Amino acid sequence: MSDAIIELENVTKSFGGVVANRAVSLKVPRGSITGLIGPNGSGKTTLFNSIVGYHPIDAGSIRFEGSEISTLRVQEIARLGLLRTFQTTRIYGKMNCMKNMLISIPHRKAGFFDMFAREHSGVVERAEQLLAFVGLYDKRYLRAGSLSFGQQKLLEFAMALMNEPTVLLLDEPTAGINPTLINGLIDRLKRANTDFGITLFIIEHNMRAIMNMASTIYCLAHGELLAAGAPGEIQRDQRVIDAYLGVH
Amino acid sequence: MDQVIGNISVLMTAPIFNFGLLIDGLLIGSIFALAAYGLALVWGVMNVKNLAQGDFIMIGGYLTWCLGRLGIHPLFGVPVAIVVLWVIGWVLYRTVISKVITRDLFTSLLATFGIAIVIQQGLNLTFGPDTQSAQAQLPTWEFAGGLITVTATRVIGFIFAAILAVAVILFMKNSRMGQAIRATAQDARAARVLGIDTEKVYSFTFCLNAAICGAAGALVAVVWNVQPFMGTTYSIRLFVIVTAAGFGNLPGVIAAGFGMGVFEQFGGFVLGAQFQQALIVLLLLFVLAVRQLQQLKVRQAVQ
Amino acid sequence: MNGAALQPLTFWLLLLFGVTAPLLFPAYTNQIAVLWLMIVFASTWDILGGQMGYNSLGNIFFFGAGMYVSAVVQIGLFYDVGLYTSGARTIHIAFSPEQYFIGFVLGIAAAGLVSAALAVAVGWIVFGLRGPYFAIGTLGVAVAGAELMASWEWVGAASGISMPVFPGGPEAQKLFFYLLLFGLAFALLLFLRWLYSTNFGLAINAIRDDEEKAEAMGLHTRRYKRTAWVISAFFLGIAGAIFGNMTGFIEPRDIAFPTTTFNIFMVLMVLLGGKGTLWGPVVGAVVFHLIKEFTWTYFLGWQFVTLGLLIVIIVVYFQQGIVGWILEKYPERFGVKVAPKEPRSIDGQLAAQPEGAE
Repeated sequence: MSDAIIELENVTKSFGGVVANRAVSLKVPRGSITGLIGPNGSGKTTLFNSIVGYHPIDAGSIRFEGSEISTLRVQEIARLGLLRTFQTTRIYGKMNCMKNMLISIPHRKAGFFDMFAREHSGVVERAEQLLAFVGLYDKRYLRAGSLSFGQQKLLEFAMALMNEPTVLLLDEPTAGINPTLINGLIDRLKRANTDFGITLFIIEHNMRAIMNMASTIYCLAHGELLAAGAPGEIQRDQRVIDAYLGVH
Repeated sequence: MDQVIGNISVLMTAPIFNFGLLIDGLLIGSIFALAAYGLALVWGVMNVKNLAQGDFIMIGGYLTWCLGRLGIHPLFGVPVAIVVLWVIGWVLYRTVISKVITRDLFTSLLATFGIAIVIQQGLNLTFGPDTQSAQAQLPTWEFAGGLITVTATRVIGFIFAAILAVAVILFMKNSRMGQAIRATAQDARAARVLGIDTEKVYSFTFCLNAAICGAAGALVAVVWNVQPFMGTTYSIRLFVIVTAAGFGNLPGVIAAGFGMGVFEQFGGFVLGAQFQQALIVLLLLFVLAVRQLQQLKVRQAVQ
Repeated sequence: MNGAALQPLTFWLLLLFGVTAPLLFPAYTNQIAVLWLMIVFASTWDILGGQMGYNSLGNIFFFGAGMYVSAVVQIGLFYDVGLYTSGARTIHIAFSPEQYFIGFVLGIAAAGLVSAALAVAVGWIVFGLRGPYFAIGTLGVAVAGAELMASWEWVGAASGISMPVFPGGPEAQKLFFYLLLFGLAFALLLFLRWLYSTNFGLAINAIRDDEEKAEAMGLHTRRYKRTAWVISAFFLGIAGAIFGNMTGFIEPRDIAFPTTTFNIFMVLMVLLGGKGTLWGPVVGAVVFHLIKEFTWTYFLGWQFVTLGLLIVIIVVYFQQGIVGWILEKYPERFGVKVAPKEPRSIDGQLAAQPEGAE
């Protein structure tokens, strides 16, 4: 297996008295599409939030490209190349799609005076290409907030690509999408992985979608890691089936 | 500066003074606690941060002062202020508050600040900018050979505040409306689903708060003094109390109210009365800074 | 008329009006000068409130700080400040024209720089706050400024400071300060036009729309917030320095740090005119100023009550402001595109796939 780009070791996080994640350890292989599944309330989004630095963890370690990131803030982690999309799909509603893209350029090396620069045509061109990639090219001057939910999801995805991440954490990317459009989305996700070389770590409830895309799948239940393996193994794993059907 | 050091040494050499300041602080703090409870109530139930709170108090105070001038004993101002402020609260709710509850928080803040300004200027035009006080002609008790003075007015103020607080708390616990209010505070949508008329609850809560402020104001007029522009100071004071304690935390709010009273007495004694407003504002900034540091630990901002 | 062409034309008209107004309406020179000040107030507030979504109730702090800094510099260069402020009532202290102008220039420079520095410091205290906490926190900063100056003997405490007298006749004085305020306002608008066209404009809009998202995308949000605050503070500080000299007398609670009047007016002007646009604050300032002058003349005594009512009306019933209303009614005129409301066919989405897709 190729080396792990994200490595979690015994990550524990609780809120008040509730333990959301308990001693979760996993590795996300570089260049792969890895899935994270589990019934509602199993702690998947909490785990994502911990990885991207949204809150501090109680115990354990999170390594990205070999360095510890559990003490870093969200912005710092994002600038290292680890991005996430949100379950609720967040974009900049009052700006048009083009502007949403332009402000999503990588800020890794942004110095003080870059604040006052205007984006040159190369950047604009790249934004247009990515918008075309997700199928929003002819909507690029529309106000982002006025797009439909599915279109906003695509915009969020395009913005993430614009940021040139190394890893992209996607929180339920197919949720709320019209079933006839899911194939197109899966296709784009795969292409982001193969053509742009982005490692994907995806939370999904849509089993067909995730089994189609991922090479490794982790299953959480009650905040703990329940099972891990290739899609075929996971689908046949009795513990996973029980967890979803609510046995015990 | 020498003044300050001199004052501090007085406190240190004659510890009995500390006791006097403490008692005064608790007595006055009881009124703060009462008004802070009202603020926390409106905040918790309707998510409205009422910047006009202090000005409601001033209205109550001026009503009481007027009664005093008409020859009526100022302590009757408490029930009068309660009734009048209840009505004012109702009118304001219908015309302004109900329209901003659903909007973003800055809107409600600005709306209540607008109300505050109208009240302040209105009071200024009606009564003039001088500080007024309602004399209750009650005795002053002396202890420890005259070093501690406790005015009966302040004790009565404390008693009244305590009675009102207990009444409100019992009401919230035992009455249908009280329960409805608490339910709405926890989850407005669930409350509506269960058949509670949240509009009525909001209206009632706002009126109740106004009435509480009225009562507090009546006490303030007797125990201390009133002035048209003092309202902002009170609003900031109460905001500090509620922010420090956390608005869901009733015992905390009351304790913080007393704490504020004591803090102000000591601060006023050591630094001098002219620093009173500055002290309160600096305390506000301090409390907000502490909150920010607390939130920083969990990588959040103070929302 | 195309929105893009409107811009330079409006600037030329503004320049024309600004320069000729004192000649056309000499009796109103001071009032129009205050109008330029209001525009500075509104536009600087809009950087934080309208463009960035941080509703500040404490911007007046920098105005007052600039006023006091300039006073201290102007006086302190030639006399002992403490002595001056304590004796100002009984002794008339003269400044030669050279002293006045050197002091004034240095005073303005110091006012802008010190206010900017204060913005960095204040930013530390308040930028961890959001929404209403930010508003109240900044209000606290403004009130703190007023109270601290009111208690500090060295700067005259509550009695204030008598500013150096302008060496020249009243007509020259009116014109001098008029041109300064107009120049400041015009420069600010030109500056903002440039600023909002750069990444800065995009970034602060992103912070307004969704700060957490901006953070999650790696934006240096703290840097942008601090810089926006510094920019506002710089212009406000200079405005304070100019205005302090214009009125000739500064005082902490009503002139330097008027927390319940001008501090709130700036918010109202922007709400009235339209948040988050370049010209919204300007329109709002003009309309507001006209209303204010009108009520002062005809409702004397009740003007503040009227204004309080105006606050409530604007906030409750007319939030998006004049320009906001226009943009909503005629978006295409100004280059804003909104997605059509009717549902699109499903094919519309799939058909837009790039070539070579499966």
